[in-house]
Amino acid sequence: MKKFLLKGILHDRGRSLVPVFVVAIGALLTVFLYSWVTGAMGDSIEMSSNFNTGDVKVMTRAYAAEADQIPNDLAILGAGRITEQLKNRWPDMDWVARIRFGALADFPDREGLTRGQGPVAGWAIDLLSANTKEPSRFNLPGAIVRGAMPSQSRECLISEELASRFDVKPGDSFTLFGTTMEGGFSFTNYIVSGTLKFGSAGLDRGAVILDIRDARSAFCMDDAAGEILGYLPVSYYDHKMAVAVQSRFNADIKEFAPDEEKMFEPVMLTLKEQSGMAELVDYSKAISAMLIFIFVAAMAIVLWNAGLLGGLRRYTEFGVRIALGEDKGHIYRSLLWEAVMIGCIGSLAGTAAGVALVYALNVKGFDMSGYMQNATILMPSVIRPAITPVVYYIGFIPGVFSMLLGNALAGAGIYRRETARLFNELEV
Amino acid sequence: MKYMNIRIVIYGFIMCLLPVCTQPVFAQQALTAEDVLERVDRNLSSGTRIVESSMTIHGRRTSRTITSKGWSQGDKRSFTEYLSPASEAGTKMLKLEDQLWIYTPAADRTIQISGHMLRQSVMGSDLSYEDMMDDRKLSEIYTARITGKDTLGGRNVLVIEMTAKVNDVAYYRQKAWIDEERFVPLRQEMYARSGQLLKRTDLTDVERIQNRWFPRTMVYKDMLKEGKGTEFRVISIIFNQEIPGHIFSKASLR
Repeated sequence: MKKFLLKGILHDRGRSLVPVFVVAIGALLTVFLYSWVTGAMGDSIEMSSNFNTGDVKVMTRAYAAEADQIPNDLAILGAGRITEQLKNRWPDMDWVARIRFGALADFPDREGLTRGQGPVAGWAIDLLSANTKEPSRFNLPGAIVRGAMPSQSRECLISEELASRFDVKPGDSFTLFGTTMEGGFSFTNYIVSGTLKFGSAGLDRGAVILDIRDARSAFCMDDAAGEILGYLPVSYYDHKMAVAVQSRFNADIKEFAPDEEKMFEPVMLTLKEQSGMAELVDYSKAISAMLIFIFVAAMAIVLWNAGLLGGLRRYTEFGVRIALGEDKGHIYRSLLWEAVMIGCIGSLAGTAAGVALVYALNVKGFDMSGYMQNATILMPSVIRPAITPVVYYIGFIPGVFSMLLGNALAGAGIYRRETARLFNELEV
Repeated sequence: MKYMNIRIVIYGFIMCLLPVCTQPVFAQQALTAEDVLERVDRNLSSGTRIVESSMTIHGRRTSRTITSKGWSQGDKRSFTEYLSPASEAGTKMLKLEDQLWIYTPAADRTIQISGHMLRQSVMGSDLSYEDMMDDRKLSEIYTARITGKDTLGGRNVLVIEMTAKVNDVAYYRQKAWIDEERFVPLRQEMYARSGQLLKRTDLTDVERIQNRWFPRTMVYKDMLKEGKGTEFRVISIIFNQEIPGHIFSKASLR
């Protein structure tokens, strides 16, 4: 019977083409929306992870308590040893030391006197090691507007907005005026190797990125780091995995403690425990679940209606088949099988088209920078749909089940058909 | 009769002495808050001043001491050279009117400090650049009223509340405990316009130097941050000695 039904669907296109097309459109939209919402939300969290929080972050207790103020006088001492221990314990994770800082960038005139100056937010990361993943984590090569990546010590990158404001070009030098770990004056000259545009107003206003070795030298932070960030070996932040790592680390804290004083012991926080990230993670999960539920439900109703209409359209056909002696149960079962087949074909086509579309958008990305010019939160300016295993089956939920449900309800009328009234209806 | 005469003599003697003995008390009672501020200014302000000092900054992990030598002329011009530790040695600061420059040998640059940076802490201390720059006489920038008397560190003090009468002042309101006899503040509290206590200074080791009373030790406490405060000690101080003009020029920074 199934083979016969399949032949019917394939050959009688007048009957099957519209339902297959409707199901395919529904599946495509479902795949696209799921992928888009997951990607947009996941990218925001991922960007925060890359720039600020890591999937987990190690700081001293005292630093963690005031992390928003970047108190480098409370930084981790013996950061090299702690990083090595973390690498040995979790070798599949990437562990990186960073120093964040606030400073004043002073741009000199020809005589070396102050021509202009502005506050900057700095990141000191591993820029110059051979296998460092930090530049790609910050998307530095892609964000460079003018110039090039730093290739040696005392070279740095500054935001294009800062460079434009003070008429600075690659090759120019400036002085970074900050505070050492002990609170002393820190004046260091740097050469601008390139300018950056991240697409996030918060970063583009006054970001400076330099190599962590330079920062250690400038801020007298030898073998110290404000933060040690850990990245899980998964595409998107996995809270359960992060909590597992955190629990083991904090349980073993005594092994790492380089300082007698409790407030300077290292402590690990997950991404979700840092600066408002819990709300963002929960919000993004709730929003994506809600959006997907609403859309899948809406698509289910549309496809259910399609199934219902398809069933009603064939009301007369069912009457004739009953009149010819076909069993009502057989007709009903064949109707349901047809619905499953149409649902599967449509969902398959829709999912294929949807996956192709999100793949294309994932590669190219969707530039939202025009809408984010005044944004102050850390959000990516280019949104990319996420390609996860779910995109391969989510289209089948509304596609198959709704079609089946619609036909099942419409087909219930088969059992109420009476042969005596059939001829009346057919006006025979 | 004889005893009567003695009583009259003694009574007369006491009556004669009474105005003499009570004169300072009455005179002091007649002092206005403005008079007190002027006497304070006479002790603390001078035409020129050359000071060698140490500043101990108590951080949350460590404490460190920075020594410096400063030359100042009135409240408009000052020049400071940091002498130790090695990391700060050679750093120089020049203040001319309301402008401030810092020279650092590390970068071989002269940098001007302006705007909101003036409110930042100097070397992690409890003092801001603004605090260091503002050396104007109290009587020039505040109106004052005496609100009471108290004792502080075993000394009788007048409690004075001051409110800014000029706009360009770091602290809108101050409360000061002024030594009733020496006219030196022993404690100062600085408030924002909102009433928030911003800083407290305790001044001790008051000594007679060049015919004036002067506190050798000052402990500054930024009330908005944790820590034990910053201790400023005067190692040596010379008032009203002529200072060559070239000291207060940008050329002397390098």
